[in-house]
Amino acid sequence: MSEPVQLPSAARVARLYGEPYIELPRDLYIPPDALEVILDAFEGPLDLLLYLIRKENLDILDIPMAPLTRQYLEYVEALRATNLELAAEYLVMAAMLMEIKSRLLLPRPPVAESIEHDPRAELVRRLLQYEQIKQAAQQLDQLPQLGRDVLAVSVWVERSVAERLPEVSPQDLAQAWRTLLYRARMTAHHRVSREELSVREHMSGVLRRLQERRVLEFGELFDPARGVAVLVVTLLAVLELAREMLIEITQSENFAPIYVKLAHAESH
Amino acid sequence: MPNPTEAKRILEAALLASPEPVSLTDLRRLFDDQVGPDTLDKLLAELRQDWSGRAVELVSLASGWRFQTLPEFRPFVEKLQPERPPRYSRAVLETLAIIAYRQPVTRGDIEDIRGVVVSTQIIQSLENRGWIDVVGHRETPGRPALYATSRTFLDDLGLRSLQELPPLEEIAKTLQLEPEPASAVPAAANEPAAG
Repeated sequence: MSEPVQLPSAARVARLYGEPYIELPRDLYIPPDALEVILDAFEGPLDLLLYLIRKENLDILDIPMAPLTRQYLEYVEALRATNLELAAEYLVMAAMLMEIKSRLLLPRPPVAESIEHDPRAELVRRLLQYEQIKQAAQQLDQLPQLGRDVLAVSVWVERSVAERLPEVSPQDLAQAWRTLLYRARMTAHHRVSREELSVREHMSGVLRRLQERRVLEFGELFDPARGVAVLVVTLLAVLELAREMLIEITQSENFAPIYVKLAHAESH
Repeated sequence: MPNPTEAKRILEAALLASPEPVSLTDLRRLFDDQVGPDTLDKLLAELRQDWSGRAVELVSLASGWRFQTLPEFRPFVEKLQPERPPRYSRAVLETLAIIAYRQPVTRGDIEDIRGVVVSTQIIQSLENRGWIDVVGHRETPGRPALYATSRTFLDDLGLRSLQELPPLEEIAKTLQLEPEPASAVPAAANEPAAG
């Protein structure tokens, strides 16, 4: 394929259309046994095209379109078995190359010349853009990478070894001891007062109230205002009354109100 | 506020205790915000100087400061590592480069530049690494996701900002529509692909 209109430069023709030109297409073909290797080596049609251009030190405009296209079609054939998606992409590129070539061959009306875009411009733009990214990717890969080239340093911090236990100060111990003493004094007081607040006295009191009201809700028997000691004694009194079967304590179901009433035997 | 020597030791302890970069905000909290940003910068610079010549260096990254081993000790450190991190394929690296340099980009943008379909696995492997994430959607049909690189990406590559990425090389000069004598050649070839 010649480019009679586009490339009139003698030097260029000599370089490309002289002896080297004859050799070039052969080199562009991929030997069938090498195909497998090359498939892995290239990232796609742009990558392959770039490789061919760089390898042969070609100007992108000088690539003979016919052999290149034939080579691409060989790719498509080979790829169809393994990777249809990729084959489609190579096919698109082949079509694009042919379109560029055909548009270059068409005579252009001189008036429109200044307006019309060079059909190769877009391909060149994409090739340049891709090559730039390709190089950038290599540079990125050369940056020291955490986990691959460098490791984050972290020293062993002791808290991660031992379970943290609460701290105890002497003051805490002293306070605990004081509390114990205080509670002991309270207990001693109870022991003394238990004789005053005798259970039996309260048993009588409970019975008395039940005689007035016949039935009382359990809580009504107690008077929290008179202190814990009285509550406890009252409870003991109630339990004792129940044990002696002087009263009946009933509850219809769990959590229902508990009722206390005089046992029938005692009722008048 | 503790004296400078003591403050440096406090910074040293805090940084050595953390495998993650420690932000300047957190470092200031060490001193109950009693140390100004300028002083902190100075102390960190001094601390970095103190550690020079060791196998470990103090580096400033996107999210803060971190102690890390020097790259030249990789072959030795590697020997004791149970598993080696896999190297990324060219496809992954090119995708990463496009996202890093052209962000935010859609998958379609990446495919335009690479000339091949970008597989979901490639995107996923970068997402799993925490290097890229979706920062929005382009308001075109299909509302494609827009990808950008993350702070972790910068941290892991030892960068403080995207401006520290290696500059894109100017390639246009070596590949031009130069021999075209006709006046029809537009400026397209001279237009840097960097856009």
